[in-house]
Amino acid sequence: MAYRWTNDLTHDDVTPKSAYLNRRQIMAGMAGLGLGAMAGGAQAQDTLEPNSWEDVTTYCNFYEFGTRKGDPAENAHLMTTSPWSVTIDGMVDRPGEYDFQDIMSEMTVEERIYRFRCVEAWSMVVPWNGFELADLLAMAGVQDSAKYVAFETLYRPDEMPGTAYRVLDWPYREGLRLDEAMHPLTLMATGIFGKDLPNQNGAPLRLVVPWKYGFKSIKSIVRITLTDKEPPTSWNMSNSREYGFYSNVNPEVSHPRWSQATERRIGGGLFAKRQPTTMFNGYEDEVASLYDGMDLRKSF
Amino acid sequence: MRDRLNQTLRRVPTWVIYMLGMLPAPWFFYQGLTGALGVEPIKALEHKYGELALQLLVVSLAITPMRTHLGINLLKFRRAVGLLCFFYVSCHLLVWLVLDVQLLDQIVADIIKRPYITIGMAGFVLMLPLALTSNNWSIRRLGPMWRKLHKATYVIGLLGAVHFVMLVKGVQLEPLIYLAVIIGLLALRLPGRRSSTTTPVRRQRA
Repeated sequence: MAYRWTNDLTHDDVTPKSAYLNRRQIMAGMAGLGLGAMAGGAQAQDTLEPNSWEDVTTYCNFYEFGTRKGDPAENAHLMTTSPWSVTIDGMVDRPGEYDFQDIMSEMTVEERIYRFRCVEAWSMVVPWNGFELADLLAMAGVQDSAKYVAFETLYRPDEMPGTAYRVLDWPYREGLRLDEAMHPLTLMATGIFGKDLPNQNGAPLRLVVPWKYGFKSIKSIVRITLTDKEPPTSWNMSNSREYGFYSNVNPEVSHPRWSQATERRIGGGLFAKRQPTTMFNGYEDEVASLYDGMDLRKSF
Repeated sequence: MRDRLNQTLRRVPTWVIYMLGMLPAPWFFYQGLTGALGVEPIKALEHKYGELALQLLVVSLAITPMRTHLGINLLKFRRAVGLLCFFYVSCHLLVWLVLDVQLLDQIVADIIKRPYITIGMAGFVLMLPLALTSNNWSIRRLGPMWRKLHKATYVIGLLGAVHFVMLVKGVQLEPLIYLAVIIGLLALRLPGRRSSTTTPVRRQRA
C-alpha cells in the first residue's frame, strides 16, 4: 500500500507563512550569514567559512577502509554504491527495502552548511546537500510506539579492506532518540559542495547530526530500524567509558584521554591555533531543550 | 658471509649514521609546511616523529640480540641509534607542546590526567639521564653503574609501545605489533633463552 498518495504540498501549505519565513532565516543563518549572532558570538561566525574540498574528502574516519585518515580516500572507491537500497523496518507502517533512487525522487535536496566536530578534537565546516531525516521517516510512517532510531552501515568485507581486522564489531551501528532524529537540523546527506557524496564521505547517503560528535553521523546507511529500546551503538559497544550513547558536543565533559574544551579547525596548516569548543557545537539554541532535566555529565 | 658483513659495517663511520638519522627531522617539517603531510600537518608531524622514535627504539633493542643470536655486530652504532631515538622523542614532544596543545594549563592537565600522556612523559624523563650519559667520559666515570643505568632502555621501550597502544581509538593492529616486537626483543634477553641459542653461534665462529 506504499506510495498510494504522493505528497505534492509544500511547506507553504502546512506552515504559517511567518514561521516558514523564520525557518528560512534560520537556514540563511546556517549558510553563514547570521549564525554568529544566533549561537555563540563572533567566534562561531568566523568559522563558518566552509573547508576546502580537499580537507573534507582526504581527512576522513571511515574505519571500514582503514584507520588512517587518508585510508578512506585511498580505498573507498572499492565500494559499490549503485544499486543501493535502504531497509527501513521495525515500528513503521510501511517497512521494506527502499531503493535509493526512489528515495531521491521523493525528497527535496537542500544545502546545509554545518560545523562538524570530531570526538578527536578537530573540526571542519562542511556544505552538505541532503534532506531532513524526518522526511525520510515520514515516508515509512513512524508508529507511536517507536522511541529510537537505529542505523547500520554497509558491511561488505570484499569491498572494505579495513574490516579484515576487527577494530570495531562490524557492521558499524549508530542510533538516535526519536526526537533527535525528527529534529529539523538532523540531515540525511547525499552530497557535499553540490556534488554527489564521495564514497569516503559515506556515499550514497549518510546521517549528519551537527550537535553531536562526528562518529554519530553514520555513513553509507543500509538499514534504519525504528525501535522502542535504546539501540546498541558501535563506539559505545567498543568502549562505553569513552563513548556515550548521546555523545553531544560538550566542552565541559572531557574524553577520558583528552580534553574537549578546544578544537582545531582542519586546514589551518602547521601553525593553526586551537579554538574553544562551544556547547552542542554551537547549536545550543536549537537543541538544548531536547535534553532539559538531563544530567549531561552522566548521559554523555 | 657474516664476517664480510661485519667487516663492512666496521668500516662505516658513526657520523654517517648521525647525519642520515637527522635528515628526516627537517624533511618532515618541510613536508608539513608545504602540505605534503595532508590537511592536518600538526598531528601528522607529531605522529611521524613519534613513529620514527619508536622504530629507532626497536633498532636499539635489537642490536644485542642480533649479535648474540645472529652474530651480526652493530654495537658500534648503538649509541648513535639511542641518541637519535632521544632526538626524535624530543621533536615529538616539542610538536605536541608548541604546535598541538599550545595552552600551558592544558599541557599540565594532560600530563597529570591522561594516562597515555603520563606514560609518554615518564618515558621521556627516563631517557634524559641515558642521553646525558651516552659518552665515553660517563662510561669511565660510572663504571659498572653505567650498564645498570642503561638497562632503563627496556622500561623505556615498553613505555613507548604502551603509549602508542593507548593513544589510538579502538584496538588497532599497528601499535600492538610494535608492542609485540618490543616484548619479543626483551624476551630474547631472558637468561635461559640466551645461553641455549648463543652456543651454536659461538661454536660456528670458533
